Amino acid sequence: MIRNLTNRIIIIVLILIFALWIDFSQKVNVINPLSDETLFTHDLAPRLGLDLQGGLQVLLEADVPEGTEIDAAQMEIAREIVQQRTDALGVNENNIQVAGDRRIVGEFPGLEDTESVLEIIQQTGLLEFVDTGDIAPQEGSIIQTDYNAASQSAEGETAYHTIMTGADLESVAVSTDTLGTSYIINFVLTSEGADIFAEHTAANTGKYLTIVLDKQVISSPVINEPIPSGQGSISGSFTYESANAFAIQLRYGSLPIPLKIVETRIIGPTLGADSLNKSLIAGLIGMLIVALFMIIYYRMPGIVAVISILIYASVAFAVFKWFHFTLTLPGIAGFLLSTGAALDANILIFERLKEELRNGRNLTQAVDQGWTRAWSSIRDSNLSTIITSVILFWFGSTFGATIVKGFSVTLALGVLISLFTAIYVTRTLLVTFLKSFKFDNLERWFGI
Amino acid sequence: MIDILSKRYLYFAVSLLVIVPGLILLAVGGLPLSIDFTGGSLLEVQFEAGKTPETAELVNLYEDAGIDDAQITSTESGALQIRSSFLTNEVRDSILSAMKEKAGSEVTVIRFDSVGPSIGKQVASRAALAVAVAALAVVIYITAAFRKVPNAFRYGVCAVIAMAHDVAVVFSVVGIGAMFFDWQIDALFLTALLTVIGFSVQDKVVVFDRIRENSGLLRKLDYEKLVNHSIVQTLQRSINTQLMTVEFLLLALALFGGITLQEFSVILLVGLFSGTYSSIFVAAPILVLWENREWTTWFKRKENAA
Repeated sequence: MIRNLTNRIIIIVLILIFALWIDFSQKVNVINPLSDETLFTHDLAPRLGLDLQGGLQVLLEADVPEGTEIDAAQMEIAREIVQQRTDALGVNENNIQVAGDRRIVGEFPGLEDTESVLEIIQQTGLLEFVDTGDIAPQEGSIIQTDYNAASQSAEGETAYHTIMTGADLESVAVSTDTLGTSYIINFVLTSEGADIFAEHTAANTGKYLTIVLDKQVISSPVINEPIPSGQGSISGSFTYESANAFAIQLRYGSLPIPLKIVETRIIGPTLGADSLNKSLIAGLIGMLIVALFMIIYYRMPGIVAVISILIYASVAFAVFKWFHFTLTLPGIAGFLLSTGAALDANILIFERLKEELRNGRNLTQAVDQGWTRAWSSIRDSNLSTIITSVILFWFGSTFGATIVKGFSVTLALGVLISLFTAIYVTRTLLVTFLKSFKFDNLERWFGI
Repeated sequence: MIDILSKRYLYFAVSLLVIVPGLILLAVGGLPLSIDFTGGSLLEVQFEAGKTPETAELVNLYEDAGIDDAQITSTESGALQIRSSFLTNEVRDSILSAMKEKAGSEVTVIRFDSVGPSIGKQVASRAALAVAVAALAVVIYITAAFRKVPNAFRYGVCAVIAMAHDVAVVFSVVGIGAMFFDWQIDALFLTALLTVIGFSVQDKVVVFDRIRENSGLLRKLDYEKLVNHSIVQTLQRSINTQLMTVEFLLLALALFGGITLQEFSVILLVGLFSGTYSSIFVAAPILVLWENREWTTWFKRKENAA
């Protein structure tokens, strides 16, 4: 028999309240009541997958001969660059990920202008050193330059003069300054670059030299003194990480690895919206029928199972929302299947319970035995589902097949959560019911 | 108690009856692999009402762009699906603008998938690997989970044979679906297949678990009776879990869900049913067959094979 029944119920209720809070809010905000300070905030806006809201998915592959070793760090840099470029286009919610060891998958939900994105991804990035005079533009802002000015046609904005581009950089390294307290970035220019730089720094000491990548400002150092030798350093309040990140941008303004598009998928928005509504309605209808069946067939335990499944659904949905799982159609199917697994655990237990009751045990013994005996089945059978989910996940991640990935994650997590609800929630609720009411008529209450 | 196992050769015949026709269809028509595995592209476009051009005109447009294998079908909603070899984005853009000009109509892209040929091949080989790894993982897992039962390895092998049965049923369904509804084997199909494998094993484990438990309790019982007993004990659970809950959910999804999920849900529906069927009517009978070494009698006495 379970001890601490009240504690268990309190825990379940607390979990349920927390789950429902997440399920029904767009954003979690925890405010310190004494100081009105925001302690914690977490965005919960649901993300719809490409199959539901339409958009673009593109798979990029390193354009190098088959069998060439590709450095994982280089792939990460390439990913960052693709991310920055598409961010600069103002595309919302884009998601760029390294998939396997030689591919990058980019997803742009809801995107309509697919052409400009496809174009910009393949371009080689442009690093420029720009003379911004006395102005230090804010990091991250977009400025206009006169390099290749023909292609830039923004009116009314100042176009700054580009002194040189990333092509003139020979090497970049991170080191500490003479005191050893802060990090600086050392750079060496090509001989051509050194000449331009010597001339410019001599004439513009005290002015800002802004470094931009794809027209986006990454840093605005001041020219402290003329640099005639083509070797200089940039100092500032760098941490080890930020200095390295900056050095990477200087070094690899152009993609470290050439990328080619090997797969493109464009899904129109109408197809998705239609599927979402239909599938949600279908899911609801299915759940309703199943709930009715459970109650009619298993009577009192059936009611407990339905409550337990509802708790399961709200907890699972809260977990998906919290970790920003993208909602996709196969994801919904995976969720429904895991609900099936949750029900299976309940059914295994109830069938066992009925068997024990038929064998003449009293209710309390039967409930205990039902759990103990059904547990090995539930554990072993669900583990096999988790094993296949893991294999699916691995398959999905190497090819950027995010739909397969989404399905496997919802299925595996759903199965895990369902184990918790079957073992903890159903059992606790059933024991509570048994304690609170007298069930003399087994036939009526347990369908025996 | 119902005697399920005595008719075991009848169940094997039923399974073959379901599997063989579909597989013949597949063998004749070839595997209906989608561009996910073969590479190629699929462009689905909608023209303004009444302005949809003739298919021959569109085929010509593709040929002008250097693509000479375009195949065009129209969908229920009046849109056109054009399958062809891999299109780069430049070629696609030029084809789209040529279409606009030709039809004198706005062209809405409902869907565009384009998969490079090399990536398709890799996906296909990786998919086969995924299925193989799943099968191996299952044998190892079950052998480990049942290590205390005599001949634990048999349980793993039987689960995999039954799993192969379910995979064959799924392929048979696809063979029939490909013939009548233009179904294709794509990444989503693979997802369904692996799910069927996972749930199939889950179902075997429930039956085997009962055999494991009973073999401790009922040592003296004949093995065939023991297995039969275990099947009957888990029968109600199998029917309730599979038919009444999971299958209902999938049926709802297949009937009322969007078109995108239809093929997926039907395959899951049949595959999961097969998973339950094969636990009772394939995996368990083979366990008994193995224990009795029945193959030694197959060619001696004919009446056994009925």
